[in-house]
Amino acid sequence: MITFRLPSLGADMDKGTLLEWLVRPGDAVKKGDVVAIVDTTKAAIDVECWHDGTVEELLVEPGAEIPVGTVMAVLREGGETPEQVRAQIDALRASPVQMAVPSAAATQRSAAPAAAAAGRVRVSPAARKRAGELGVGVESIAGTGPDGAVTLADVEAAAAKVAPASRAEAMRQTIAAAMARSKREIPHYYLAEDVPLAVATAYLAERNASRSVTERLLLAPLLVQAVARAVQRYPEFNGFFRDGAFVPGPGVHCGVAIALRGGGLVAPALHDVPSRDIDTLNRELLDLVQRARAGSLKASELSDPTITVTSLGDQGVRSVFPIIYPPQVAIVGFGRVTERAWIVDGAVGPAPVVTASLGADHRVSDGHRGALLLAAVRELLQRPAELAKATP
Amino acid sequence: MTRDELSTRVRGCLGRIAPEVDVGALQSGARLRDQVDLDSVDWLNFLVAVHADLGVDIPDVEAARLATLDQIVDYCGARLGTA
Repeated sequence: MITFRLPSLGADMDKGTLLEWLVRPGDAVKKGDVVAIVDTTKAAIDVECWHDGTVEELLVEPGAEIPVGTVMAVLREGGETPEQVRAQIDALRASPVQMAVPSAAATQRSAAPAAAAAGRVRVSPAARKRAGELGVGVESIAGTGPDGAVTLADVEAAAAKVAPASRAEAMRQTIAAAMARSKREIPHYYLAEDVPLAVATAYLAERNASRSVTERLLLAPLLVQAVARAVQRYPEFNGFFRDGAFVPGPGVHCGVAIALRGGGLVAPALHDVPSRDIDTLNRELLDLVQRARAGSLKASELSDPTITVTSLGDQGVRSVFPIIYPPQVAIVGFGRVTERAWIVDGAVGPAPVVTASLGADHRVSDGHRGALLLAAVRELLQRPAELAKATP
Repeated sequence: MTRDELSTRVRGCLGRIAPEVDVGALQSGARLRDQVDLDSVDWLNFLVAVHADLGVDIPDVEAARLATLDQIVDYCGARLGTA
């Protein structure tokens, strides 16, 4: 039997509301299939299943708000009979602790939602529907109906107490919570370095001169790749700080900070960046930005980043003082590329320059290593043709 | 295609990239990126949309010179041999 749980949706999100199941009992599921759509304060997320199996039972109804770790469905593995799985589901139901393995962030809220997942909080269908419309979590409401059931009136009353948070407000609160945690827990240090980009921009201009718009390369993927290759040399910047210790990342998955139209931001991951050639990375980045803004990200993209890159782009400012996304331990920022007076071989001339900055966690690294990291970013960007090739 | 039709199509491409913008209200002679919040990814997606809708593939060097809606519409008109 395989239990399908609501996966982590990134450090700043500890719960989600099931919007829709994309599978039904009896459906065969392959590893990587998107099986459910879950709403978060930031966006609706496609949630993938990471096992092969057959859907035996869906345990959570659309509209339910559940913490990360909640068992959402049970899958049957090859060789198992439905009867065997049914017995295990019944055992699971008898033990609310098994139903929801709370993440650290969700510990305080886990008890009630665990019961909800098992169908123990009684909610009338009308109340559940209304709660979904109002964005109220039914498990947090004390029911006044028969057997403590949550009624429509209870939902209305709860919604009146909690100001109806619009998506924008909810997102702002989510960002605030993550950044407050970052500033509270992480002893940041900041470094910056000017990076000349004459070679890189000439490389892009030459590659793009003969290309159709559909194949055009942006500067951003080169910047992301430079950071990814640099943290391969200095791995203490790539990973997580968990339970009092640094845990290296399982690969280099670069979170990309993407501003959303209408405000707010998300930082989903580009996976295994060092192994990508520049055309692939460019395509993946364009796709990621488009999907982030359209609200169709995957859960794995939100939970995976091992380091984040933020680029304020060509409409932005000269430099950024980036704040780390916990539990990550570093973030690299790029400002706007500007033409500056630059000295080459003793002569002053105009050159495109970008300021790269690092926000890093003093519990894991110090300024000397941070300086080496930024120096590596600068050096890698002087050899764009090498950066463009995939590494094994 | 008349110039007005071309302008409507170009504005339509922009509207798909930036759905929050009232594309009909944009000033055609003012810098587009002063009126609409477009980053480099949006701008490239806009050019890709123009290519898909009108079949005009705007080279990198030309795209850097096109700042206003009028300039983009004129460029596309010239390439299509209309307007």
